[in-house]
Amino acid sequence: MIELPTAPTPPPPEKGRSLGRLAWERFRRNPRGMTGLAFVLLMAAIAFFSPLLANRQPIVCRYQGQWYFPAMVEVIQNIPGATWIVQKSPPFSQVTFNAKRALTAADFALWPPIPFDPRETTVNTLQPPSREHWLGTDQNGRDIAARVIYGTIVSIQVGLVSMGIATGIGIFLGALAGYYQGWTDILISRLIEIVQCFPTFFLILSILAWLEPSIINVMIVIGLTSWTSIARYTRGEFLRLQNQEFVLATRALGCGSFRIMFIHILPNSIAPVLVTVTFGIASAILAEAGLSWLGFGVQQPDPSWGNILRDAYEYLRSAPHMVYPPCAAIFLAVLCYNLVGDALRDAIDPRIA
Amino acid sequence: MLSYTIRRILLALPTLFGITLVTFLVINLAPGDPASVQADQVMDPRVSIRVYEQLREYYGLDKPLLVRYGDWLKRIVTLDFGNSMTPDSRKVTVKIMERLPATLSLAVLSLGIGFALAIPIGLLSGARRNGWFDTVSSTILYALYAIPSYVMAIPLILWISIGLDLLPFQGMKSDNYEQLTTMGKAADLAKHYVLITFCFTYGALAFQSRFVRQNLLEVFRQEYILTARAKGVGETTVVLKHAFRNTLIPLVTLFGITFPQILGGSVILEVMFNWPGIGRLFFESILQRDYPTLMALSFITAFLVLLGTLLADLLYAVVDPRVRYD
Repeated sequence: MIELPTAPTPPPPEKGRSLGRLAWERFRRNPRGMTGLAFVLLMAAIAFFSPLLANRQPIVCRYQGQWYFPAMVEVIQNIPGATWIVQKSPPFSQVTFNAKRALTAADFALWPPIPFDPRETTVNTLQPPSREHWLGTDQNGRDIAARVIYGTIVSIQVGLVSMGIATGIGIFLGALAGYYQGWTDILISRLIEIVQCFPTFFLILSILAWLEPSIINVMIVIGLTSWTSIARYTRGEFLRLQNQEFVLATRALGCGSFRIMFIHILPNSIAPVLVTVTFGIASAILAEAGLSWLGFGVQQPDPSWGNILRDAYEYLRSAPHMVYPPCAAIFLAVLCYNLVGDALRDAIDPRIA
Repeated sequence: MLSYTIRRILLALPTLFGITLVTFLVINLAPGDPASVQADQVMDPRVSIRVYEQLREYYGLDKPLLVRYGDWLKRIVTLDFGNSMTPDSRKVTVKIMERLPATLSLAVLSLGIGFALAIPIGLLSGARRNGWFDTVSSTILYALYAIPSYVMAIPLILWISIGLDLLPFQGMKSDNYEQLTTMGKAADLAKHYVLITFCFTYGALAFQSRFVRQNLLEVFRQEYILTARAKGVGETTVVLKHAFRNTLIPLVTLFGITFPQILGGSVILEVMFNWPGIGRLFFESILQRDYPTLMALSFITAFLVLLGTLLADLLYAVVDPRVRYD
């Protein structure tokens, strides 16, 4: 029997890959971008698990015949809104309770690598790095390593919350301007131009000076002043997409304006906005550290990279070791968000690369 | 060209009006005014309330907001920014003029040095794209660019001013400045300028040289470069004579935009170096709630940025006539 040559089986149809998937594949091949992303994630992890890294209470301990998990409880309480789920049980919940003194050598206790709270003062002031205090202590004898670790929380929060506010305002105004055009566009474009004329730091300081100095206010004010470039990019994208067929199609289907704007056009225009937001996070972190350095941001005794740097500046001659940790932290955070932003831009628009 | 100029200026007018409005509202709508800051220093509460009322009347803060805005607008048209609302109540213009040279000289120095270095670096790295110079310089510049200026400043102060005791870092002059000879004075001033100028310059340097490089690569794609090469012009001449001149256009516009921004000053750097410039004046005025000075500074810098953008646009239209029919 003659075997008929069978037609080669056609390869299975290639699965369509979305723009986002393509961008992610290009991003993954960028070592600098991936390094940046890895560090950003590490920073988030440090912020979230900070109570396990530096704490004046143990992670696990057996005290007077009972098991306690004080540092673990603090981690769970880091989840927004989780304060009501678990609470520390006494005596660890009492402010005056000193676990280091109460626990004897006979009690089992697993301590965090840095057994100090960022606000905890000791008698060892302005000490250079030692086995006890890895990065030394400041003028109040507070452990700098603990302060830098808890400062990470502030930076992450500032980056996300302030850019969240800025993205909301920027996308909303940019979308309105790009979609409706005409008078709406003229008004919003003027507004963008006006706000952009002011040096951002002047604007932030002017508003902040009148408010109670607090981290919440810093985040809101940075958010309120840094939406302009996001609005400009969104507007540009909306103008570009306005005449595409899919917009016409949704209109023909009878979608309302807001549905067309935010469900159909926005997802297609999000890419360049995302790049701006990433760079924006870096500058928000930088702005917060600067404000805290000037005394307008996070207030003592709460730690922030900016106010640690301020302490370092005040004691430059007697305690030079205080300079490096906050400088390195700010530098790395800003660098990594910028690396991610660069890689994101190259991944989204491969023509430029 | 004339019609374009007029159109562009007319477009800038509403923006200018918006700038005055934002300046006035941001500073005047905030809780806490200069009168309350000064009255708080009086211990006796009954006296302090009376002082507060008197101060409010004295500064005109008791009038309605709209009236105050109108008064302020009328005055700034004649470049009169009023008197400070601090106990010394000096003229705002005098205060600003005192501080201007420190910041202006820094801006000029930093831009001058920046461009003087950025142009050759940009040209060299653009001319041999991905060559060793391009790789090395762009790596170093990227690293420098990534270091925020005030994060760079403190270790620099620590190493150079304190560790090596080479350069001073507080203010513009040493304490014994008056007793120095003319040469000594010049040397003293120069020493005070080194660190802060460096901190002002290095970040922009990366940006500027990248800008030059990018423009050069853009120009290289043009046909007239191909023509020049085809007729046998040497590479150096192609870069310097044919390409470089055409990269100058966007560079000038960059200059127009950067200058006012530097003038707006880096508040943090000036406070850090105790530099008697505009940025520190702004910071001090914030602490004193000195409305008139704050409004003057915000308005002037925003106005200069607007002017810079306007000039850059006009210049672009002069060089590239296609822009006018936009």
